[in-house]
Amino acid sequence: MTVAEMLFKKNKDRRKVPPQKLPTHLERRFNEGGATQKEISLTDRFRGYLNNHREVALLSLKRLLDTPLSSAMTWAVIAIALALPVGLFLFLQNAEQLSVGWERAVQISVYLKGDITDEQGRQLSEKLKQHQSVMKIKYIASDQALDEFRELSGFGDALQYLNENPLPAVIVVFPKTESNALLSTKSLVSELEMMPEVDQAKLDLQWVERLLGIMMLGQQAAFMIGLLLSLAVLLVIGNTIRLAIEARRAEIVVIKLVGGTNAFVRRPFLYTGVWFGVGGGVLAWVLISLVMYWLHKPVAEVVAAYGSSFQLTGLGVIQTLALLGISAILGWLGAWVAVGRHLSDIEPR
Amino acid sequence: MIIFDNVSKRYESGYDALNQVNFTMSAGEMAFLTGHSGAGKSTLLKLLLLMDRCTRGQVMVGGQNLNRIRRRQIPYYRRKIGLVFQDHQLLFDRSVFDNVALPMVIAGAQKRDIGRRVRAALDKVGLLSKEKLNPMALSGGEQQRVGIARAVVNKPDLILADEPTGNLDPKLSAEIMRLFEQFNQVGVTVLVATHDLSLIARLNHRILTLQKGRLINDGR
Repeated sequence: MTVAEMLFKKNKDRRKVPPQKLPTHLERRFNEGGATQKEISLTDRFRGYLNNHREVALLSLKRLLDTPLSSAMTWAVIAIALALPVGLFLFLQNAEQLSVGWERAVQISVYLKGDITDEQGRQLSEKLKQHQSVMKIKYIASDQALDEFRELSGFGDALQYLNENPLPAVIVVFPKTESNALLSTKSLVSELEMMPEVDQAKLDLQWVERLLGIMMLGQQAAFMIGLLLSLAVLLVIGNTIRLAIEARRAEIVVIKLVGGTNAFVRRPFLYTGVWFGVGGGVLAWVLISLVMYWLHKPVAEVVAAYGSSFQLTGLGVIQTLALLGISAILGWLGAWVAVGRHLSDIEPR
Repeated sequence: MIIFDNVSKRYESGYDALNQVNFTMSAGEMAFLTGHSGAGKSTLLKLLLLMDRCTRGQVMVGGQNLNRIRRRQIPYYRRKIGLVFQDHQLLFDRSVFDNVALPMVIAGAQKRDIGRRVRAALDKVGLLSKEKLNPMALSGGEQQRVGIARAVVNKPDLILADEPTGNLDPKLSAEIMRLFEQFNQVGVTVLVATHDLSLIARLNHRILTLQKGRLINDGR
């Protein structure tokens, strides 16, 4: 039998009830006192449902704030568990930013063959300048190279004993570094090496690759740690909710006996879980912001010493929202698991 | 309103709590259910509330066969029954008003309707002036009346009471019973489980007597 049929049937039964006696003012008041359960319309019911959600959300927050110390402890545990992976993520993000700067400094040294004249060298460098993946070039003639070597190496005197200049002309190529820089740079190097005038094109990329490898590893580690600590948050919230359920056992039994659905019983606990999660998320954000604030000065000093324009970046708006969203979801999920496990145990006996 | 058709309840331990119980209560009737403890009163009420299911026979309430009500539908079924407990089962973390309002909140009623109905129910049991108090601040008799207000706030067709006067002195017990009679007089079906024989002997209602799981007296 559907609900509608049930209700219809009830209304028919109702009509069979004998005329009502006892028209005292109390009686009248009682009977006129508004809609009965069967007369609640669907829209009213939906509005009541939303109302209930809002009230339950506020009430469960109020309950958490009524026991500030124990709630704060739970929030702190969640905050620390969330702040660790987020902090690691921020560290990696900043490191990545640094390495982008380094990548821009990548340059290819193109050593020309010994029999290439200065004129040919200059022509080649003009040609390379037009290449699509070259940002700029610098031509160093062999004489110029010798001068530089003499000045910088400290072997200047030894050079006197050489009959001719052993150094080749060099074109220093600065590749463009917009998209997938590493790959296009590598193909540029092999292209340069194919040229008849070129003896060797050299690119020292190993350290960049290693750095990227380490950062990739770091990202994976951050992901794993994040996963583990999310599990910890789930367990903390689950356990807290379990205790809350235990404490409200009597209430749950009464609610079930007067017709509360499982969803109704579950609702306050789910909201409690969400509040735990969101509170932990906010606290984690505060923790991270504090750490960033403390680090700002020392980092600026180091950066200034290296003459870099690097700036420490904290959590952006979207990342902050993501942190709060994830913590809310974790709270809800933890509560949901706990409620699923323990609520069915509590049935009126 | 209530039909017990050859109902038996055997617990897993093999204990027969109810044995082939047959009776019918028509709508608007009031009856007492008595018997020694262990006679099956609680089991009978549990079957009516779907806290338990019978092992044989059929229980019908308001034209519905309880055997056919699925687990998920139980809450909606229970909303049509006003339930009064022996130990009133009030929640001490909220006011008298909120205690009485609970069934309406559960049913998803509108706020203004809730206010009106709760005050009407509290007025009916004579506790309108105490709506803002915590039930802890009330006497035992008043607490039970709050419990009754909560049971009737949804205007149920059927009121079930489990030893509603168990912890009260005779004078208060008589008052509580008078309340039930008043509800019965406006057409509500009332079934009260009690062992207070001297009290119900003075009231002129049908008495169902259980003994060792059998209905030995239908009291008609």
